[in-house]
Amino acid sequence: MKIEVLKGITSANDAIAAQNRQVLDRHKILTLNIMSSPGAGKTSLILQTIDRLKHQLKLGVIEGDVASKIDADKIDEQGIPVVQINVGASCSLEAQMITPALNKLPLENIDLLFIENVGNLICPAEFALGEHKKVVISSIPEGDDKPAKYPLMFTEADAVVINKLDLLPHLEFEVAGFRKAVEGLNPKVKIFEVSCKTGAGLEAWCSWISAEAKRA
Amino acid sequence: MHELAITESILNIVLDEAKAAQANKITKINLVIGELSGVVSDCVQFYFDFLTKDNAAEGATIDFKTVPAQLRCRDCSTSFNPKDSAWLCPSCQGASVEVTSGRDCYIESIEVE
Repeated sequence: MKIEVLKGITSANDAIAAQNRQVLDRHKILTLNIMSSPGAGKTSLILQTIDRLKHQLKLGVIEGDVASKIDADKIDEQGIPVVQINVGASCSLEAQMITPALNKLPLENIDLLFIENVGNLICPAEFALGEHKKVVISSIPEGDDKPAKYPLMFTEADAVVINKLDLLPHLEFEVAGFRKAVEGLNPKVKIFEVSCKTGAGLEAWCSWISAEAKRA
Repeated sequence: MHELAITESILNIVLDEAKAAQANKITKINLVIGELSGVVSDCVQFYFDFLTKDNAAEGATIDFKTVPAQLRCRDCSTSFNPKDSAWLCPSCQGASVEVTSGRDCYIESIEVE
């Protein structure tokens, strides 16, 4: 006997992501899913954003890593509520990992939640978590060919942050070509050029977040 | 990579469907996998064989129907398959392209007895 199923393979994840989203919407928490290769500056960008927005918005962070709580400790030092998720053998955060993390956070006291995904440009694009916006960070040392090599990640993004701009004089990276490639894949995307080291460009990034948080 | 999670998800869905139909055994699973979905068939098969020991899906065959990737140039409307993985329009070399097909990833049907 043949049974028609017609269910998406990630339908279970998508259903849980939708539940997470309901919880976040109910608490009016703008949630950003931050994705990049390892070392592109996810934690640095979150820390710099905390520094600039902590007097204006109440923040929270969920940290996803294969192992360790190094990143969560850095956030904790800033006095920001943080939950560390260690994914072990999994290559990405999944919606069912976020649900218990949300239960551990003081949601009534958060306006803006960062979910720092596992460093990886492939798998995190496949799993919705319940976020409102997907942010991809690409850093100068990685080279300007990442949109060509990992097109889906850039197709999915709401915002792309080019980080480590201070290294531009020392490395070959064509910013204009990179922007064109990203905009080709994704005409609606917002692109920000920043340096988490010097602070350059972070104002525009923070303004975008503030505006989005007001809408949440 | 994430094929273990994907395979577990497939297995949960098909076991639920088989149970709802009061079937004892799943003999075949028909999957539709887009070229751009990131799902690696060989890995799914490997995990599937490992995860189905002693359950209703043990020994089931998986049929992977691959849907080719199709992109469309936003400038000149040419549709093409990104064979060499470069997402550039073969007609005008434009980089402004959108995915029109190849992201599917679902269970079409199962066969049970």
